[in-house]
Amino acid sequence: MAGFLQQVINGLSLGSIYALIALGYTMVYGIIQLINFAHGDILMVGAYIGFFAVVYLKLNIWWAFIIAMAGASLLGVIIERVAYKPLRNAPRLAALITAIGMSLLLENGGLMILGTDIRSYPVGTITNKQLPLSFLGIQLTATTLQLLILAVTVVMMIILQYIVHYTWTGKAMRAVSYDRDAARLMGINVDETISVTFALGSAFAAVAGILLGLYYNTIQPLMGIMPGLKAFVAAVIGGIGLIPGAMLGGFALGVFETMVSGYWSSKMRDPIVFILLILILLLKPAGLLGRNNTEKV
Amino acid sequence: MALLETRGLTISFGGLMAVANVDLHLEPGELVGLIGPNGAGKTTIFNLLTGVYHPTRGEIIFNGRSLVGLKPYQITQRGIARTFQNIRLFGELHVLDNIRIAYHWHSRYRVIDAVLRLPSYHRGEAEILSRSKELMRIFKLESYQNEKAKNLPYGEQRRLEIARALAARPRLLLLDEPAAGMNPQETKELMALINWVRQEFDLTILLIEHDMSLVMGICERIYVLDYGQVIAEGPPEAIRNNERVIEAYLGQEVNGVAPQGGKS
Amino acid sequence: MTKVQFSRKNFFALAGALLVYFIIASLLSTGMISKFQEINLMMLGINIILAVSLNLIVGFTGQLALGHAGFMAVGAYVAAVLTLKLHQPFLLAIIAGAVAAAIAGLIIGLPTLRLKGDYLAIATLGFGEIIKGLANNINYIGGAAGMIGIPRLTNWTWVYLMMVVTIIVTVNFINSTHGRACIAIRENEIAAETMGINTTYYKVLAFAMGAFFAGIAGALYAHYFYLIQPTTFTFFRSFDILVMVVFGGLGSITGSIIAAAGITITNAALQDLAVLRMVIYALLLIVIMVFRPQGLMGTGEFTLDRWMPKRGEAGGSAGN
Ligand SMILES: Nc1ncnc2c1ncn2[C@@H]1O[C@H](COP(=O)(O)OP(=O)(O)OP(=O)(O)O)[C@@H](O)[C@H]1O
Ligand SMILES: [Mg+2]
Repeated sequence: MAGFLQQVINGLSLGSIYALIALGYTMVYGIIQLINFAHGDILMVGAYIGFFAVVYLKLNIWWAFIIAMAGASLLGVIIERVAYKPLRNAPRLAALITAIGMSLLLENGGLMILGTDIRSYPVGTITNKQLPLSFLGIQLTATTLQLLILAVTVVMMIILQYIVHYTWTGKAMRAVSYDRDAARLMGINVDETISVTFALGSAFAAVAGILLGLYYNTIQPLMGIMPGLKAFVAAVIGGIGLIPGAMLGGFALGVFETMVSGYWSSKMRDPIVFILLILILLLKPAGLLGRNNTEKV
Repeated sequence: MALLETRGLTISFGGLMAVANVDLHLEPGELVGLIGPNGAGKTTIFNLLTGVYHPTRGEIIFNGRSLVGLKPYQITQRGIARTFQNIRLFGELHVLDNIRIAYHWHSRYRVIDAVLRLPSYHRGEAEILSRSKELMRIFKLESYQNEKAKNLPYGEQRRLEIARALAARPRLLLLDEPAAGMNPQETKELMALINWVRQEFDLTILLIEHDMSLVMGICERIYVLDYGQVIAEGPPEAIRNNERVIEAYLGQEVNGVAPQGGKS
Repeated sequence: MTKVQFSRKNFFALAGALLVYFIIASLLSTGMISKFQEINLMMLGINIILAVSLNLIVGFTGQLALGHAGFMAVGAYVAAVLTLKLHQPFLLAIIAGAVAAAIAGLIIGLPTLRLKGDYLAIATLGFGEIIKGLANNINYIGGAAGMIGIPRLTNWTWVYLMMVVTIIVTVNFINSTHGRACIAIRENEIAAETMGINTTYYKVLAFAMGAFFAGIAGALYAHYFYLIQPTTFTFFRSFDILVMVVFGGLGSITGSIIAAAGITITNAALQDLAVLRMVIYALLLIVIMVFRPQGLMGTGEFTLDRWMPKRGEAGGSAGN
């Protein structure tokens, strides 16, 4: 039992990171129906910006988060404007290929500029201690890092909920994802709203990037690929386009994955995750929280 | 025996009863109209009959056998073909190919015959080609043969939809607003064509149409639908003077329905 | 009249195909083609097989699949097991690899082809990852280290023969009522279904046929490069094939061939640039998609008809 609960704790912290990434995927998908394959690589750029802020600018981790969020947002907006916007009315496949192309560009651009070196945040970036926990009399441990990840994620989610539900920008985002043309007729600046969505999603990715760098204690130019793919799976499992779906999917996937590694084999982890994905797609194609509608004919 | 019969046909989307307890009855060779205000559920009935939607309740009997639960292609193979209100042609394909595709399920050669170009392939293709050309001639589409369907004028696209439906060689043809967007002259020609096709191909036709003059002009019997329910049924004259029908259309400018509207 | 035109066209095509084969075969035997060029020549043929077979699924049937490398992997591993472990002849290994890949196509296709668009893309992507992950876990086929020492049985004759077979089968299929059924699904699935086409059957058929040829490509690949590993068949390879299909134009066989050749040759030419090559590739990809999203050929074909004195009554050609 203690072992199981310990896995849950570990899973939740990994799941938090997935959830943060998945939110960006889902917001972008919700608004322009594009799988932004470059999202995982924006995460990587965010992690590096944070790294440089800590190492060269000698800033503390909180400033690193803020600078990384700003930098990643800018990158996200530029990517959308340069590569995705011209393809908004092109065949879906063209946009998809462009997104994967953008992903390759960031990965290989990263390899070219940063090299294949693996870096890590300097010791002491955050204080990482083991904390004993007691749950119904069961002794468990969590690290301060795990708690930090969870806390940051929860705060980010609250901020996002506030933006989406209580601000003008959030309303505009929802309107555009519901019906872009109607939103335009209502006087909403669609291009701007899409940019804001990319900025927000990328900022979340940057936070996830730094957390991931701290969690695995490494950053490298290809670090975004697998977590990006997993987070996307999480978004689909929860119901793509749905913000609560991304959160649920992220946490669920994190816990599931940790369980598979813990109780079976870490080599089986990735294939099992994708088998889960396919099963969910078959049983509930619109995801756990999605609703299946009959297509109007 | 009725060719088509529905009993208590019902479908609801969420809370909305788009079609409620509809009983239709079509004898072989009839040309029956299906009218009603916007959103009455006419297209939804077509979608139910062709298996695109599955009824929440009710029966559909075609030619003595139930259609409920069958897939659209199986229903087509039983002998029902349709056109779509919002035209659904194979836009990037030529007019000829649009028609040839509907002949598909009548073609007899197998995949292996095609891959190896066996004689049965050549025979099969030749047959499909000649039948398709015949349909293009009937529907005056020959001059567009190598034109992409999406580039056709609107009226021709509607005609092509009918031609394509006929290529599937149905016994029952469902036409969803075939004259929409046509000018009076084209509409008139289309009416004549529909009537002629019915005789020639020995068809039963169920026709949705907003153009009352067309419906009243060619249909032998009419069902009127409102809020998913059949509110009247009978020959054009009876429908024209039916209180409930007038009420349903009240406020809408529908030529030929109001009693004082006279014949048009 | 039509018949005459037909056989004349076929004659030219056959003569051309034989000519290309013999020219390259003799260049190879006289050593005028370097080792490096030979590798890329084989890759070119294999890529053409992959691109044409994926085009059947994505371009003609309109089903967005991102896991073609998975089918290639099935073909490669099965064929390699047959030659390396069971000492069977190469032809049998190729056929077994292809059939196994087709069965994999059926298994993945039957349930997932109900999904549409992006969902199918994700499911097939997931499938590719599953295959890779399973290969990683099966010790009999070497696990993560892969299979080493596969006999080099693939040569120019095999590659060329398989390539020609793939192209002919695909073209003949497409220009038949069965191929048109697939194209109808791409154009408008609901209309196709209400025209009497069993859409599930044709989607699965296209998927299985595409997988079959991808399996052949995998078998050829394994028996040319001695070594196959799970990481040989990544998502990136699936994507690379998709790029060939899209560049060449969805639903254009000649487009796929030209694009597969073009991309393989460009890749080879930029080999020395290492990581910069990938940056250029990615940039080109974005630029081409932004400025020409419909690909090079659209759905058009580059046909012999263009040089024939009179236009014959084309027996098929749904896309042209
Ligand atoms: N797939 C669906 N999901 C939800 N509601 C639907 C669906 N299909 C149809 N409806 C609803 O069912 C009702 C009937 O629609 P239908 O298209 O059958 O009307 P109609 O009589 O054909 O109208 P029109 O004359 O405008 O074509 C409408 O309120 C429509 O919104
Ligand atoms: Mg309608």
